Amino acid sequence: MPARNSTAALPVAAGGGALRLRWPFRRLLLKGDGQAESGLKRAHFRDWRLPFWLLAPQLFILLLFFFIPSIRALIQAFQLTDPFGATTQWVGFQNFERLFRSGVYWSSAQVTLIFTIAQNVLTLSLALLLAFASNHILRGRGVYRTVLLLPYAIAPAIAGIMLAFLFNPRVGPVAHMLQGIGFDWDPNRNSWHALSLIVMASSWKHICYNYIFLVAALLSVPQSILESAYLDGAGPIQRFLRISLPMITPTLFFLIVINFVYGLFETFAIVDATTRGGPAGATSILVYKVYQDGFVTLDLGSSAAQSVVLMALALFLTFAQFRFVERRVNYSV
Amino acid sequence: MNERTPIIDAACHLILLVGAALVCLPIYFVLVTGSLSQQEIMRVPMSWLPGSEFFANMQTVLSNANFGRLLLNSFIIAAGITIGKLSVSVIAAFAVTYFRFPFRMTAFWLIFMSLMLPIEVRIVPTYESAANVALPLNILGSWLGVQALVDLDWNLVNTYSGLILPLIASATATFLFRQFFLTVPDELCEAARIDGASPWQFFRLILLPLSRSNIVALAIILFLMGWNQYLWPLLLTTDPAMANAVIGLKKLMPQSDSLPTWHLLMNAAFLTMLPPTLVILILQRWFVKGLVDSGK
Repeated sequence: MPARNSTAALPVAAGGGALRLRWPFRRLLLKGDGQAESGLKRAHFRDWRLPFWLLAPQLFILLLFFFIPSIRALIQAFQLTDPFGATTQWVGFQNFERLFRSGVYWSSAQVTLIFTIAQNVLTLSLALLLAFASNHILRGRGVYRTVLLLPYAIAPAIAGIMLAFLFNPRVGPVAHMLQGIGFDWDPNRNSWHALSLIVMASSWKHICYNYIFLVAALLSVPQSILESAYLDGAGPIQRFLRISLPMITPTLFFLIVINFVYGLFETFAIVDATTRGGPAGATSILVYKVYQDGFVTLDLGSSAAQSVVLMALALFLTFAQFRFVERRVNYSV
Repeated sequence: MNERTPIIDAACHLILLVGAALVCLPIYFVLVTGSLSQQEIMRVPMSWLPGSEFFANMQTVLSNANFGRLLLNSFIIAAGITIGKLSVSVIAAFAVTYFRFPFRMTAFWLIFMSLMLPIEVRIVPTYESAANVALPLNILGSWLGVQALVDLDWNLVNTYSGLILPLIASATATFLFRQFFLTVPDELCEAARIDGASPWQFFRLILLPLSRSNIVALAIILFLMGWNQYLWPLLLTTDPAMANAVIGLKKLMPQSDSLPTWHLLMNAAFLTMLPPTLVILILQRWFVKGLVDSGK
């Protein structure tokens, strides 16, 4: 098909690059020929057969493994199926009613809340400390960075296994040190100890990610502002607290959202490899409970209802994330 | 600025040294424990210095615990996810940025939506979809009353395609390429067209070579992600020989009623984290670029 240039008068700048996600669906309405098409090159091809084949693999996989399962999760939340899958009946909101009345679910929600907040605070504050330090020093930056980045390569499950070993009350060297100073450490029995173990493991794994973004953000703080503050007599710590930190707040917000997403969804492996939700549900975070009810106790209706609750959380966090991305882009200029 | 702050300098180095030590401590104990013998493990307190059994333990792990096969599986899964995601995403991004066609934005938003719901929130139905890929046809068959469609069955449990395919659709990678394509000068496409290049030739000969650095940076991130997969292999493998190395580690975790074999677990953990760690160490510059780009 002969490629034809579209009218050069299209206001390309409107669509060039930045995604306006605050109000995404407005884009769907802007489809008329005379209007700007966001994210389309000025020099483009007019053909529908080739792009169809180019998009087909991605969309086909999404259909099979994303759209159909997501819709079925929604449907299953309103159905009751016996564990053998023999009978299915519509039950309306019964699964949700049962879920919200269950004490186990609320205690799991509470554990998740404590876990994600503790993990978020620990990760972000340590990463800030490290980012400030490596931004301040001149020598050895590269070496420190190389070492601090290592946890990114290591699977969450391995991070969990390593810390579970170090803090194992029988063989772990760190646990022995704790016992040596008279601290009765036992994550297999004490629920707070178990919870702090998975908080430490998930922070250990995730600090590097926060650190990279904070270092990049600190580098983008304009040197001229920092220098004028220096001339006014502000020391390094004052400059960091009064200038750099306020200027990188968009990055901080972005990382807080990312840390919540990580804590909610990606720490499954840490829990499953170390505490398996125990002792007595003390580390059974919401994602782990969905898995347990769906695959171990085979309470499919409840598991589906929990999936829907988590979906709502995930949607909320995704929108929050893109709002901050947008603000961050405007800020960093 | 010509500032002298010796105390803060020293404090900063101290902070970074402590941070580096906290990162290295668990890794160091993996190495130490992985090199001890069964007797040395049982001794309390355990040694803080490496033993001499590292290679003997490695042999046991590779042969008895079948880690040779598991590491190969990890590699196949990681490579499959990396190559699959990159190729599926780069052509999809080419389609939505360089072509005007009906439902272009619809296709774009369909891909975007997949960003919103991670696999963790829909594990049961996603598992069912992989356990029988023909499921949608079954449902269609039961509506239409076509028995042949209802009986179709295509099970991906314990197969490489089952471990790879559901994970290769990627909104993040598609966006990254889209953003990059939008920065490519329009003149290149116009020039290619004047020279009579077809869209596919333009893509192959101009766009793809230009995207090389983005592809490398993203490939590193995707490889690490694929190597460290946990939930999906856990669900989709019932045959221990089809699991990946990270899942294999979970099986080696000492249980309360048996002889604790921490030395084998730690040795296997070392083998499992070695390839991704080497990737990060050798390709660090690219890795940081990929990380910061894909976070945007």
